[in-house]
Amino acid sequence: MTIAAPAVPTPRIREPNWFLDFCRQQPLGAVSFVIICCMMFAGIFSRLVAPYDPLDIDFASILGAPSWEHPCGTDAYGRDICSRLIFGSRTALVIGFTSSFIGSTLGAVLGVASAYFGGRIDNWIQRFMDILLAFPLIVLALVVVAALRKFVIGGVDVNLIFAIAIPILPRVARVVRAAALSVRVMPYVDAARAAGYSDTRIIFRHMAPNVVAPYLIILTAFIAQAILAEASLSFLGLGVTEPTAAWGLMLSGNAADFYREAPWMILFPGAAISLAVFAFNLFGDSLRDYLDPRFRM
Amino acid sequence: MLRYTINRVLLMIPTLLGVAVLVFFMLRVVPGDVVEIKLRGDGGNVSQETIELERKRMGLDKPFVSQFGDWMIGMATLDLGKSMWTERPVIEEISLRLELSLQVAIMATIIAVLIAIPLGTAAALFRDTWIDYVVRIVTIGGLSIPSFWFGMLIMLTLLGLFNWLPPITFTPIYVDPVANLTQLIWPAMAVGYRYCAVVSRMIRSSLLEVMNEDYIRTARAKGVYEKVVISRHALRNALLPAITVIGLEFTFLIGGLVVTEQVFNLNGIGQLFVQSVSRNDFTLIQGMVMLIAAFYVFVNLIIDLLYAVFDPRIRYE
Repeated sequence: MTIAAPAVPTPRIREPNWFLDFCRQQPLGAVSFVIICCMMFAGIFSRLVAPYDPLDIDFASILGAPSWEHPCGTDAYGRDICSRLIFGSRTALVIGFTSSFIGSTLGAVLGVASAYFGGRIDNWIQRFMDILLAFPLIVLALVVVAALRKFVIGGVDVNLIFAIAIPILPRVARVVRAAALSVRVMPYVDAARAAGYSDTRIIFRHMAPNVVAPYLIILTAFIAQAILAEASLSFLGLGVTEPTAAWGLMLSGNAADFYREAPWMILFPGAAISLAVFAFNLFGDSLRDYLDPRFRM
Repeated sequence: MLRYTINRVLLMIPTLLGVAVLVFFMLRVVPGDVVEIKLRGDGGNVSQETIELERKRMGLDKPFVSQFGDWMIGMATLDLGKSMWTERPVIEEISLRLELSLQVAIMATIIAVLIAIPLGTAAALFRDTWIDYVVRIVTIGGLSIPSFWFGMLIMLTLLGLFNWLPPITFTPIYVDPVANLTQLIWPAMAVGYRYCAVVSRMIRSSLLEVMNEDYIRTARAKGVYEKVVISRHALRNALLPAITVIGLEFTFLIGGLVVTEQVFNLNGIGQLFVQSVSRNDFTLIQGMVMLIAAFYVFVNLIIDLLYAVFDPRIRYE
């Protein structure tokens, strides 16, 4: 008698869905992700979403209070604030993303290189980072703005992007260097070196992938800082200039003179900046908790 | 310890020199200077000759290296030169505004620390309860709301409630403390929120770390009251990292008040900085950057030394 072995169903190993996993573990992170997606949608499809043209001047409705026609009111030129906010999200996201990406990536490369080579090169890079760190973020950005002057390509303020990216660089380099130092002593790095791989290859193929987590975390955190810096610079009149719609710019100049008559001119743009920065900060925070539970704060 | 301190002080010199080189050349790479803005700013029709003459008078026609040399020699004798715009000594221009900026920074520190210690402690002790979540949202809010907008909200509230706005002329605190405080307490609050958020997050995380240490378990095992464990054993050690953030945020405020000063119409260092940037006033920008950088390097040194004082395990050799 033969007993047929009951077919044991091999348990299907489910691919862990990192996205669902993230949402379940970090509900606050999921909320912030939704906010970011909404903002990106508004930024990309501004033309479709915005009820009015952000540059349309309408002298018949100057400083109009929020109403059904103009949900956030109108400004001193009768422009629809809601539409300007929607177009402003494009400015904020483009400058926030690119400057944080440039600053973080260059910083990460420098940080990894610094940790890999060690010795004198490490020392020189670190001293240079110390010099950059001696400037507060906004002060360094101001100096770069002063040095670069206005420089616009395709409607994007390139000088502004660099002014914000440069102060980010040393801050990222420090964090990534610390992470890379622990990777450097791993046996596989020694193995790669023994195999005779070039320095560039070891840095990019063996070390960089292992510092991706801190890199991503700090990248999102600095998007928030970059949006804040852009708003501050535009507010000071040294960033994006009229008539481009930008949140910081909407708060500057005559907006301050309308405290009494038109508080909505101040309330809505500021709320937009805060919400955007809040979302990226929260997302970065949750990402850190998710990717690296050791650093859980 | 003394050797370490001397070593560190000497190490400040190359850093500051680097800052000087960086600022000096960064400002001069791209053409355009104060003379053009001064004489041609409003579309004035000034001949090239006049401009060259003015440049010569200011020493802007000399090669960069010799200009840099002049500036360095001046700095070595504590002379930062004259503002290119007002032609008054840079030191005088700065010291006129420093009092106000320093006072706001100190007041913001006091407000922030007073709120941050209980907030951060509560968040750590009640970790993952609603208290922790509320503190987390409040502090991330502090990191997210731009200080200048928070300042505007404060002004709007004052206007709405009392139909009153803070005075815009500065009275030193030793002349009239009431007038001084009614002006400066608001900007201090505006920047204090962010400050408080940064510090309380630090306190929370370092307290969580400390609570896992052996000496906390020992103290509890000895039967020490939980209150004493927290205040005497845990908090004391957790405050060290907080001191670092407090120091760094404080230096940040000296230069970082830039935008908030604009909102409250304060004539401080930040305002001066923005003005001199838009006027291409190189000497003044350089002077202020050097001041802020020196301050930063100095505070960092103090922090490191404080670590050694407060934490007997740390010894610098």
